[in-house]
Amino acid sequence: MSDSENFEQGTKRGNQGVAKFDRPNRGMIGTLQHWLHVNPALVPLVVLVASIAVFGALLGSKFFSPFALTLILQQTAIVGIVGAAQSLVILTAGIDLSVGAIMVLSSVVMGQATFRYGLPVEFAIVCGLAVGTFVGFLNGWLIAIMRLPPFIVTLGMWQIALATNFLYSANETIRSQDIAEQAPLLQLFGATFKVGEAVFTVGVIFMVLLVALLAYILKHTAWGRHVYAVGDDPDAAELSGVNVKRTLISVYMISGLICAFAGWALIGRIGSVSPTSGQLANIESITAVVIGGISLFGGRGSILGMLFGALIVGVFTLGLRLMGADAQWTYLLIGALIIGAVAVDQWIRKVSA
Amino acid sequence: MEPILKGRNLVKRYGRVTALDHCDFDLYPGEILAVIGDNGAGKSSLIKAISGAIVPDEGEVYLEGKRIRFTSPIQARNAGIETVYQTLAMSPALSIADNMFMGRELRKPGFRGTWLRQLDRPRMEKLARDKLTELGLMTIQNINQAVETLSGGQRQGVAVARAAAFGSKVIILDEPTAALGVKESRKVLELIQDVKSRGIPIILISHNMPHVFEVADRIHVHRLGKRLCVVNPKDYTMSDAVAFMTGAKEPPLETAAV
Repeated sequence: MSDSENFEQGTKRGNQGVAKFDRPNRGMIGTLQHWLHVNPALVPLVVLVASIAVFGALLGSKFFSPFALTLILQQTAIVGIVGAAQSLVILTAGIDLSVGAIMVLSSVVMGQATFRYGLPVEFAIVCGLAVGTFVGFLNGWLIAIMRLPPFIVTLGMWQIALATNFLYSANETIRSQDIAEQAPLLQLFGATFKVGEAVFTVGVIFMVLLVALLAYILKHTAWGRHVYAVGDDPDAAELSGVNVKRTLISVYMISGLICAFAGWALIGRIGSVSPTSGQLANIESITAVVIGGISLFGGRGSILGMLFGALIVGVFTLGLRLMGADAQWTYLLIGALIIGAVAVDQWIRKVSA
Repeated sequence: MEPILKGRNLVKRYGRVTALDHCDFDLYPGEILAVIGDNGAGKSSLIKAISGAIVPDEGEVYLEGKRIRFTSPIQARNAGIETVYQTLAMSPALSIADNMFMGRELRKPGFRGTWLRQLDRPRMEKLARDKLTELGLMTIQNINQAVETLSGGQRQGVAVARAAAFGSKVIILDEPTAALGVKESRKVLELIQDVKSRGIPIILISHNMPHVFEVADRIHVHRLGKRLCVVNPKDYTMSDAVAFMTGAKEPPLETAAV
């Protein structure tokens, strides 16, 4: 061997350690940043607790009572359920603008199947859930197989589902009394029960259980890890053995199914089946997801954060109303929160640099 | 001796560009085959055609004498061909353990695994840690660290360890030392020898001539989308190899591609 090929001899005298994983001394801000990187739901949790404390201090027992606090939960239930669907989609770096339309369409199918066709109510509900899942499948198929951008596909599907909903229902509302008499199962999610002064609905319990279930699935199953991997870097996920197309389609299908459940919960909440209800669900669900610290670029965040985000919006809405403030203040503060949440997300991402 | 992995007449076109032009390829059991060639010669296309990342327009690939047709990298992996891509193919926000087991996660035994589909994290973390330590690549403090918090060299180490841990028939390394410092490169080369000593053949794509001449048993010179020749590194110098791959020198007749 010539000398030139022994050039690596020089390293022998140096430190022989390779690629050590030392824990660097980060300092206080750095440690905080690292913590948030590991626990993305921490920021919305802190904001939630702080906002409850502030409104509690300002309004006293009017706000800080079991009744008022559980009222927030009831008002959050629909947004929380739809937000769970939205979280799954946004974790894959997509967006689902059709969630509200799928929700309304499913609720209308449930109502029409019962009242127009006289089907048994259980079967009507299954029909509604199937329609939601099918619309989700269409979204997923167009995005994964036809490779169209999620924003465009779901923007189109929003219009299609909403128009179908109006055409199919002939813009007719099914009255609350009729449902209560003939098909009370449709109003199941609105059923309330009291624990002391606290009032819970089935919808609230469903939302909490759904978020807990999805949190488990995302963290502790292979499918959940694949959702994150696909959102993080789809090419890398594909090369390292994830079936990206199947994962995407399943995410949009589950999103559709959850939205259909939200449609069922919607009947419980408003009592009637109304084709004009739930128009704000998509923007509210995206708001909850963003305030909850889930990155719109995909692959980062936790579904618990979304729940906290939805509750923050609920706390602000009720708190400001009880204070007698103009409703516009709610929107103003929520707008500021959205921008703040995305700024924090960008800052947390810098931990990798 | 029969090649373990064989490609014949492979063609891949991207529009009007022909990346692979009736290319042949042979890998024999237990050897380290280096693939060298100028930029744009079609090395990466060749590797992707073998590893299932692209589907060749024409031609056949044989693994252990049997015709194979991979349409996705997952199929190639299931057949025992493991690839470390230049881009490393890792999810930055996920942990080292998650990345090593991506697409082949271990589930808990019994009810929790079968019905709740729960991942066996302790076992995955232990195996990942063992693999990384066994390969002497690094001392791990936190296997749950996100990959994006690692340096380039550390990421490369994890990617190579993943391939070495799971590859059962063939391991393909695309520029494994390109992003590494001198010491890390040395470790990867030792790792390559270590894998070879376990009897698993390796395809090494590299621009680094000293590394190629140090570890390779044979050198496949790729030029203009096809195999120009296969040479023995003992018979030729590095300047000869560079001359072949740039077209400055005619390939030796007796070893020229048939």
